[in-house]
Amino acid sequence: MKFTKIAAASVTALMVATPVLADLVFPSLSYRTGPYAAGGIPYADGFADYFTLLNERDGGIGGVAIQVPECETAYNTEKGVECYESTKGQGALVYNPLSTGITYQLIPKVTADNIPLYTPGYGRTSAANGKVFSNVFNFPANYWNAASLAVNHLLEINGGDIKGKKIALVYHNSAYGKEPIRTLEGLAEKHGFELLAIPVDHPGQEQKAQWLQIRREKPDNVLMWGWGVMNQVAIQEAANIRFPMENFIGVWWSGGDHDVTPAGDKSNGYKAVTFHGVGDDYPVFGDIQKYVVDSGKAAGAGDNIGKAIYNRGVYAAMLLAEAAKTAQEIHGTADITAAQMRDGMEALEITEERMVELGMGGFGPSFTVSCENHGGPGTGAIQQWDAAAGSWKLISDFGGSDMDVIQPLIDADSAAYASENNITERCN
Amino acid sequence: MPEQLLFAIEVTLNGLMAGVLYALVALGFVLIFKASGIFNYAQGVMALFAALTLVGIQQGQVPFSHLINAIFGTHIHHFPWQVPSIIAIILAAGVMVFFAWLVEKYILQHLIGQPDIILFMATIGLAYFMEGFGDMMWGSEIKTLDVGLPQGLNVAIDETTYGWFGYGFFIDNLDLVATLVAIVLVTVLVIFSQYTKQGRALRAVADDHSAALSVGISLRFIWVLVWSIAGFVALVAGIMWGAKSGVQFSLSLIALKALPVLMLGGFTSIPGAIIGGLIIGVGEQLFEFAIGPMVGGATQNWFAYVLALVFLIFRPQGLFGEKIIERV
Repeated sequence: MKFTKIAAASVTALMVATPVLADLVFPSLSYRTGPYAAGGIPYADGFADYFTLLNERDGGIGGVAIQVPECETAYNTEKGVECYESTKGQGALVYNPLSTGITYQLIPKVTADNIPLYTPGYGRTSAANGKVFSNVFNFPANYWNAASLAVNHLLEINGGDIKGKKIALVYHNSAYGKEPIRTLEGLAEKHGFELLAIPVDHPGQEQKAQWLQIRREKPDNVLMWGWGVMNQVAIQEAANIRFPMENFIGVWWSGGDHDVTPAGDKSNGYKAVTFHGVGDDYPVFGDIQKYVVDSGKAAGAGDNIGKAIYNRGVYAAMLLAEAAKTAQEIHGTADITAAQMRDGMEALEITEERMVELGMGGFGPSFTVSCENHGGPGTGAIQQWDAAAGSWKLISDFGGSDMDVIQPLIDADSAAYASENNITERCN
Repeated sequence: MPEQLLFAIEVTLNGLMAGVLYALVALGFVLIFKASGIFNYAQGVMALFAALTLVGIQQGQVPFSHLINAIFGTHIHHFPWQVPSIIAIILAAGVMVFFAWLVEKYILQHLIGQPDIILFMATIGLAYFMEGFGDMMWGSEIKTLDVGLPQGLNVAIDETTYGWFGYGFFIDNLDLVATLVAIVLVTVLVIFSQYTKQGRALRAVADDHSAALSVGISLRFIWVLVWSIAGFVALVAGIMWGAKSGVQFSLSLIALKALPVLMLGGFTSIPGAIIGGLIIGVGEQLFEFAIGPMVGGATQNWFAYVLALVFLIFRPQGLFGEKIIERV
């Protein structure tokens, strides 16, 4: 009798926990715990809230409801792979793990399972080459674009000449943090600046030696490739040594609101690269407030709307929703499979007209994904922190990155991957 | 004076300051280990929990607001008041005393007489419980800690050294405050353990539990006392580290910085924690300065452990630890 009860309860729990098979399932491999939770939470909230908005306002995508089952990875690669294995059977359409480490582990798995992997602004940069990476997409921009965008900004404010300048890169001593080094070395050769690479070990709570080195070396600019507590400590240490904040530029993962607020007014003027709009002055956020937050369906407390990392979660969800819609149109069915979702991502076209319809006019670039190019246009802008207003402001237009330097790196890295894994190039 | 020598002196001074911050964390471990033989795995999480509680009280945050809102559909987050820093610190210390009482009553009391490894495992469980409980109580977003501590370049030192050497030394004001606080804390702890009745009782328990019990010393009271003091030390460490990075989960990882300090200084010595912290602080900063650039940098984390291991080879009980000889 007892066993029967337990079995019945287990079946009921499974029925509640497992999405209905007809739903469109976008698993969220999130991290709301652990040392990187401060960035993981707003991203996961934005990702979930946009899909909730579509459910509440539009009845899902193409009339089919959306499910966003969350699986906690704590930014741990092993847990991320476990999450993938435990959720892929639920009809998962696409994965967006928000971790470069997890991405590297999932690339061969998603390719074998024919499930798309979406890594906007992170992951394996050379996955932009769709001829080699059939199931991985990283539009609209990647790490190497970010490195180039930061250098482009320095060129812009220095009248196009940064020859002889000393630029330091403070980076997380991991695969993620080392990503921009090759690009920056290429750009240093091209523009004649000196690159000084300074690593910071995980988690980055103690950076005294690194910032003393910066104080001694007196670089003209500092670039940062950080995540988690490393960002907050770096900005505080930069303020401590009185490094001018306007000469300090972070990648978009070092450009969250929570990265600058602990240093208070001293973080005023700090800059970061971004590949999407800032603030909440877009109609879509009004809709999220009305349909999601006010109705008590928000993933979090509803107080992250308009913050940089939340916006990125919303943007990623929007692009995936548009890809799902494209897949429905291509295949003439609302109940798409993961393979069909992949086709939709590869045929995705984002126009400014469509962005306006979505309440996100000017929030991101117009672009088209193709079989060859899974990386999008590689455009971005520079945002700057206004401590008094407590918000980011865009201080540049969205511009392109230096593909003359980046494309050969993408080609070389993807060719090496293809050779190691016996992959024949597609799209011919 | 050669420029490299000036840099080395600056790095050494900053290493000493960093060492004081490591020592503050190590001190909490030593206190509990000394009095009860327990290696308290939860000490780092205690620093996080104490700092979260301090900021929560200071900012008038409603505890468990996420849970309350989820259950009752409310939208409460803050009380309509803020608490002055000093009162918030006192209240947070009070919470840590209450926490010590709970630990004694619901965990330690039931494990009296158990092997040390069981008590150690209990503190692992306690650490994970506190992590989740702290998150649930105060939320897991980064919180800005501002109790009015000065931070940034000390201008007087910068200008004076510039006048002497033509190069101004960087010393962080927060590190100077941390050093002063550590000196006061250690002095008070030494006076307490040497000259007060409770302190003598604490030392008696540390020497021999059974003998202390036989002369009427309450083991339960001593445990509550020592966990309370360790909780207060955790609060101080949480304030110093939290002022640098904001209060967030990573604060619990500062325990990793204390381990090599303990290995070097010994698990049972308060001066050992301080000296060990200073040696580790200076050693890792100088190594990063001199050798780091040749081996790719970011050496501090692993070098601290290498340094501790070298000391262990020659003095297994640590510099100031007690040599335990067990005869069968």
